[in-house]
Amino acid sequence: MTTVAVKPATMAQALTRAMRDAMAADPAVHVMGEDVGTLGGVFRVTDGLAAEFGEDRCTDTPLAEAGILGAAVGMAMYGLRPVVEMQFDAFAYPAFEQLVSHVSRMRNRTRGRMPLPITVRVPYGGGIGGVEHHSDSSEAYYMATPGLHVVTPATVADAYGLLRQAIASDDPVVFLEPKRLYWSKDTWNADHPTEVEPIGRAVVRRPGTSATLITYGPSLPVCMEAAEAARAEGWDLEVVDLRSLVPFDDETVCASVRRTGRAVVVHESTGFGGPGGEIAARITERCFHHLEAPVLRVAGFDLPYPPPMLERHHLPGVDRVLDAVARLQWEAEN
Amino acid sequence: MTVMEQQGAYRPSPPPAWQPRTDPAPLLPDAEPHRVLGTGAAADADPDLLRRLYAQVVRGRRYNTQATALTKQGRLAVYPSSTGQEASEVAAALALEERDWLFPSYRDTLAVVARGVDPVETLTLLRGDWHTGYDPHTHRVAPLSTPLATQLPHAVGLAHAARLKGDDVVALAMVGDGGTSEGDFHEALNFAAVWQAPVVFLVQNNGFAISVPLAKQTAAPSLAHKAVGYGMPGRLVDGNDAVAVHEVLSEAVRRARAGGGPTLVEAVTYRVEAHTNADDATRYREDDEVEAWRRHDPVQLLERELTARGLLDEEAIDAVRQDAEAMAADLRERMNQDPRLDPMDLFDHVYAEPTAQLREQRALLGTELAAEQDDQEGDPR
Repeated sequence: MTTVAVKPATMAQALTRAMRDAMAADPAVHVMGEDVGTLGGVFRVTDGLAAEFGEDRCTDTPLAEAGILGAAVGMAMYGLRPVVEMQFDAFAYPAFEQLVSHVSRMRNRTRGRMPLPITVRVPYGGGIGGVEHHSDSSEAYYMATPGLHVVTPATVADAYGLLRQAIASDDPVVFLEPKRLYWSKDTWNADHPTEVEPIGRAVVRRPGTSATLITYGPSLPVCMEAAEAARAEGWDLEVVDLRSLVPFDDETVCASVRRTGRAVVVHESTGFGGPGGEIAARITERCFHHLEAPVLRVAGFDLPYPPPMLERHHLPGVDRVLDAVARLQWEAEN
Repeated sequence: MTVMEQQGAYRPSPPPAWQPRTDPAPLLPDAEPHRVLGTGAAADADPDLLRRLYAQVVRGRRYNTQATALTKQGRLAVYPSSTGQEASEVAAALALEERDWLFPSYRDTLAVVARGVDPVETLTLLRGDWHTGYDPHTHRVAPLSTPLATQLPHAVGLAHAARLKGDDVVALAMVGDGGTSEGDFHEALNFAAVWQAPVVFLVQNNGFAISVPLAKQTAAPSLAHKAVGYGMPGRLVDGNDAVAVHEVLSEAVRRARAGGGPTLVEAVTYRVEAHTNADDATRYREDDEVEAWRRHDPVQLLERELTARGLLDEEAIDAVRQDAEAMAADLRERMNQDPRLDPMDLFDHVYAEPTAQLREQRALLGTELAAEQDDQEGDPR
């Protein structure tokens, strides 16, 4: 009888394992980016891949994001499945033109003849004490670009499962990795990773009846903590983890809101023009008659990401989430 | 010999006495554009190649006039003419083997047609019924790229991937003089040189980026000089001399195929017509200049050479012209038929599987189309 090793693993380890397993399963999978080879990435997420698969499969590129993604386009045209790393969220901006003008629309412009199976890994978000340009939440930009899938894991199991799915996808996927969850641990069986829900499906992480917190990525732990704390107030909060921003799972979100009648969208990117506005509008359009209160947003302030010594005031924390929940109650009672 | 093997090549950790290399001579381009036609070297040109180039250049000229006429008839939304540049367009396609790939910019429809793509499919983007009309894999031609220089890193990536797979495939990427100012031009050349990718970059320097002349575009002695900084050879060639362009490009392709890495070729040519039909070229250049270039016409250059060598007589010229005329007539006839469009196609190629959101929107459009249909057929009551 063999014992299965179920050990605590970090999200970063699960991501590494996902790439390693994808590379072992399919010789077309190539990892590339700045510092991904010898160093194993500045977050060590590509650690060991160059040693195991060689520098042709895990390549340190020149420091040029447009060039990295542009080269990946040509590689995908020739049948490879590039997985590119944009070292930090705000460093991905030079690659935006390639992403918007080519990656997202190659399938469409060629009437389906030239799909591009590219995974763009973007470590994103704050809370790690990063200096300027190291903590942006740029998901709204990606969401606004048709042709891209936009995915963000919040658990160790999802980090592995969603990344494997992203790499296997015949469409380009922007894979947003919440930096501050890189070192979050969970018990996880690396040798037999359990299947996770497919890209495009949201998951109810915590059932509840008073209101729904809709969130993703770095804000999931905040919402889970808020839901625990809310019990003291007598509120039973449901927490929905979107996992995928594009495609968006209207079904799961609306089913939850119809049950609870109240919704708060929580994310750390800016509120104005941010994902929360889109989500609130979708809920209002579909669940208006089930709502006991307006859909509220708890988001980062509408300012450039603040310097690290002030970021805790910017990032939505448990208290700000609970305040919003309290406002939902007020709206309901008056 | 790779750049790193050259004497005096850059070392990552320079000793205190390190000096920048002072002799980039092996990479420096020719001082004058390379020419064959009208020189003694023309006598060595292969007669068959001359005839092929001539036939294609004449076809290209006719294609340009026909496409321009289609614009005036409202059949094309826009057409960026390459009249005057036919030689480098055609030589680009003819320098490649079937297994190689071409990465054209929006003005390079002639190169795409010379590569074997159906002219009507080549014009799909400019007609406006879809973006790319042809299957890129069939003739190994990437979609015409409208954003400047963004297709160059694609060429590098494809060539790199081909080499990783063990295929001796070369990618030829075309860009204009204005495109050399873009960041993607720099990144593509840098990646290509570092990876020693089998790529050839062809800059067609036609004098203007819409209205901005080369002197306001760059301070470099020539665009070919830019190659030096990346560690690849730069070649300067007369872009109106089809034989010279073919010679230089073929050499660069051979070099790339043999593992010698990338080359930057600058073809010096001229855009005789305006940028597109929407442009007024008289606002930024003198007629004298245009006339001087018209006297250095790529069709005339070839015709003179072929005639002088007895490879072309009136009968042969007539045959080539008739072939071009037939191509134009066919193009005209097929372009004058309205394309069959199905609006529902809009939703079919955004993702491999439409999202729930797109399925909803598809249903909405279906309802709208059905209502339109009812309106056209009249109220059934």
